[in-house]
Amino acid sequence: MNGRQALKGVKRHPTSLIFAIIGSFILIFAILTIFNMVFRQLVLEPENLVKAICDPMVMGSIGLTLYSSFLATVIAIILGTPLAYVLARHNFLGKNIVESLVDVPIVIPHTVAGIALYGLLMSKGAVGTAFSNLGIVFEDSMWGIVAAMLFVSAPFFVNAAREGFQSVDPNIERVARTLGANQWQAFYRISLPLALSHIFSGAIMSWARGTSEFGAIIFIAFYPMIAPTLIYYRFTTHGLTGSQPIAVLLIIICFVIFMVLRVITKRWGQHRVSP
Amino acid sequence: MLALENISHNFGEFSLKRVNIRVKKGEYFVILGPTGAGKTLLLEVVAGLHIPREGQVLLNRSDATAIPPEKRNIGFVYQNYSLFPHMTVEKNIAFGLKMHKIPKKEAEVKVREIMGTMRISHLAARHPHTLSGGEQQRVALARALVIDPEILLLDEPLSALDPRIQETLQEELIRVHRARDVTTVHVTHNQTEALLLADRIAVMMDGKVVQVDTPQGIFNKPTSSEVADFVGVENIVIGEVKSNEGGVAHVETEDFDISALSTYMEGRVKAFIRPENVTLSRTSLKSSARNNVKGRIVKITDLGVTVRIQLDKGVKALITKNSAEELGLKIGDEVYASFKATAVHLSRT
Repeated sequence: MNGRQALKGVKRHPTSLIFAIIGSFILIFAILTIFNMVFRQLVLEPENLVKAICDPMVMGSIGLTLYSSFLATVIAIILGTPLAYVLARHNFLGKNIVESLVDVPIVIPHTVAGIALYGLLMSKGAVGTAFSNLGIVFEDSMWGIVAAMLFVSAPFFVNAAREGFQSVDPNIERVARTLGANQWQAFYRISLPLALSHIFSGAIMSWARGTSEFGAIIFIAFYPMIAPTLIYYRFTTHGLTGSQPIAVLLIIICFVIFMVLRVITKRWGQHRVSP
Repeated sequence: MLALENISHNFGEFSLKRVNIRVKKGEYFVILGPTGAGKTLLLEVVAGLHIPREGQVLLNRSDATAIPPEKRNIGFVYQNYSLFPHMTVEKNIAFGLKMHKIPKKEAEVKVREIMGTMRISHLAARHPHTLSGGEQQRVALARALVIDPEILLLDEPLSALDPRIQETLQEELIRVHRARDVTTVHVTHNQTEALLLADRIAVMMDGKVVQVDTPQGIFNKPTSSEVADFVGVENIVIGEVKSNEGGVAHVETEDFDISALSTYMEGRVKAFIRPENVTLSRTSLKSSARNNVKGRIVKITDLGVTVRIQLDKGVKALITKNSAEELGLKIGDEVYASFKATAVHLSRT
């Protein structure tokens, strides 16, 4: 906000204009791609969209996608928040390595991740065996989907939450300690509420990332079909007419949920401002 | 009351090297030193936010070195106020009482009382980011004081404020300290602040406590040239004591002789003279108790209210702009610099 105010009234050099024009290409590219598809579907072929809404398999797969990535995000919050806090607050030997490890899932190709996850979590895999003894099977089950989504989306959550904790002045926590708060109380009464807006935007990012995953999931759980899998499957069997309505439906639902969450969580970060 | 014994510690780029300090009950103790001297780290060791690598922190004669901060009952105020941004002023102040499980009714009374004392009652429902710096620091003080701390630690509490607010808050600190009789350790790099507030001052440099004394002692009788330099004793000359007559030592330096109040009978010494204790005149002011140095002005620095005049013999004088104008001083003029024998402080080199 201050940056915007500072620029007001300053005569702009053509550089800004040139940059704006160049920069707009990337935006136009993104908007055009989505708009082209949504427009064609909504205006030119609305009957296929209605058919897709009425198709229980389509709605089931979208529901499964949203639910699985929600579960993955909840797990990311529970396991990722302490990690994010430690990374934000402490310096230790090998911290750089840990930070790079957090980012590994972002860097590696998702098909590679899928293969690796399958190797680990299949019933005969190193970890899969232990879980199958507990009655949890990953192969072709929702848990496989959740595991793959967690793998690819957790970094987004951890990084956002870490930024959130880093934005809290450590002195504030120290003062809380001197006022009688133990370490846990200083965390959940001071740092956690102050990092909450970052944590929620991280959670939304993580949820969106999970929802969009396809590559890592199909290796471990082609079935039950999540929406991206179904879109791909329908594309190979029925072409664009069969797959596009599902894609548009998924986009619209995600967009609505995304906007609602944004509106709800927006005011949470407002008292963070300090002059 | 508070004793630090041989504290050594490292944290980031800061370090403490065998620090020994004793603060008496009810004392207003100032730790004065340049940025990076380790002053904040020392306060954080006292608060229990760091466990020192070596040494002991004694609170009321018992070892508190390993006691966590929440059990020490120490109030802490940082330079940047460090108010909880998501809480109102009232909630900020009540936080410590809540953590100490003080019953709600009692806590409300205490919060109201301290807000009255700090003159911030009208801000109770406001959030920190809507307050001015001065107001925020009052809230921070109230929040630290409301828990009735054994010790109040102030880390550069006035440094971020503008001079006018600094002055009123200085008065406030004196008033609060008198009224509550709370043992206070105040860290600052500002000499005026130290001079004004302190019962005693410890000068800290490069992680070490280099001198502990009353403000008068520190400013008039620095024991080393580093301290002298830091507290603004700009005249430091090396010489030799040749004789001593009735407590007045006669010191010969390279350029001029000095009479100084001292018990030294002989030997090499450093003589410290504060520039504000040096007066300038056009004619020699001969008197037995005064030193007189004739010199030529080589530099005149305008400092706003005062002017620093430097003579070719290395003597610096700090005089008001008014008197500089009255004397019509300009570069190249020949003047007499004079200072009393009592204004000279000698220390062994």
